[in-house]
Amino acid sequence: MESSAILAEIPRLRRYARAMLGDRAAADDLVQDTLERAWTRISQWQVGSDLRAWLFSIMHNLRVDQMRRSAIYTQTIDEDDFEVPTRPTQTDTLELKDLETALQHLPDEQREVLLLVALEEMSYTEVAATLGVPVGTVMSRLSRGRERLRLVMDGRLSTTKLRVVR
Amino acid sequence: MNRRPISEDTLHAYVDAALPEVDRTEAEAYIAAHPEAAERVRAYQVQKQALSVLFNPVLDEPLPENLRVLASAPPQAEAGRSARPSLSRWSLERVAAGVVIALVSGAAGWLGHGQYQPAESVARMTLLPRQAAVAHAVFSPDVRRPVEVKAENEDQLVAWLSKRLGTPVRPPKLAALGYELIGGRLLPGNVGPVAQFMYNDVTGQRLTLYVSTENTSNQETAFRFAQEGQINVFYWIDGTFGYALSASIGKDELARIANAVYDQIEHK
Repeated sequence: MESSAILAEIPRLRRYARAMLGDRAAADDLVQDTLERAWTRISQWQVGSDLRAWLFSIMHNLRVDQMRRSAIYTQTIDEDDFEVPTRPTQTDTLELKDLETALQHLPDEQREVLLLVALEEMSYTEVAATLGVPVGTVMSRLSRGRERLRLVMDGRLSTTKLRVVR
Repeated sequence: MNRRPISEDTLHAYVDAALPEVDRTEAEAYIAAHPEAAERVRAYQVQKQALSVLFNPVLDEPLPENLRVLASAPPQAEAGRSARPSLSRWSLERVAAGVVIALVSGAAGWLGHGQYQPAESVARMTLLPRQAAVAHAVFSPDVRRPVEVKAENEDQLVAWLSKRLGTPVRPPKLAALGYELIGGRLLPGNVGPVAQFMYNDVTGQRLTLYVSTENTSNQETAFRFAQEGQINVFYWIDGTFGYALSASIGKDELARIANAVYDQIEHK
């Protein structure tokens, strides 16, 4: 495989991982793991097939493995977190920082689909192939993810931080 | 004009400009006539754009060297990995002697009973720190309702938990080490109730002692150490009791407290 071809995909892998994990170091670790696994399976890659899709599906599978044996999620609970969310008065300004926070409140499988569509501009079929799920599943995750994000951004859906164990 | 409502899938495909010309025209007309659909389409388009604005800068960041290297060649064995934390989650605390004692007593129990109870208890043993850490993670961050029965009703707490566990249990006194009892609660274990006592120090740092009476093999083990995320756990089995002490504090400090707990239980 052309190493320059892999090199060319790294920025996109990093962007996606950053958006998925919301943390720079964790994201780069995931990219590193992805590249290492890719090398161990390099014989499975068919020359001429879509390298990007292949790398993204490796990353997806790694992430699934990691979730399966994920550490206990600990978080400090502030009493403020129990406050009832109020609807913001400004409805048109989309604060980017809020978007980043809201994004992390989406279930993993919805965030994945949303990001592959929005950032990678993959077609629904490509997303389905990358994640190994039917297109119908992609569509329902996209629909639920977008709507949830919209409601969160509108302040209509509580984003309670009380997620102690998942 | 009466239009067929467009499907949810069509609406998203419209947002992503993935519709064929003829469908797009139809979708456009529908959306124009339905403010609620228009509002959603607009919101989704803004979302999509905002996600790009938010994360596209990552594309222009210089690549970390370890990733650049990995693009051109398979990883050299272990190289580049050394800086990452070790994957080993388990480490025995009190030197090899402790391990030998545990193994010998385990084997003795197995030979003595002619059953494979120790195998079962080993399985439970590995569950113990995990369960304790989960219980710690769930209850210790709670500012207002960390316990069911508070320390000011310690007599009631002891009577209640002893009754429910079917054997006397009492929270050790850790004030000398700077930890005051907050109270305790009853939790479900594998087959019945277990108890959790919670303490804190003056800084608010919390510590929980998880007490299970579900160990059937009646063995003893040395202290063992486990790390579950940010929570450090020392645990050991003493007869039918399994104890696990959890806190997000350093291993050394936790070991000191675990020793104190162990001593008090021994000298009861």
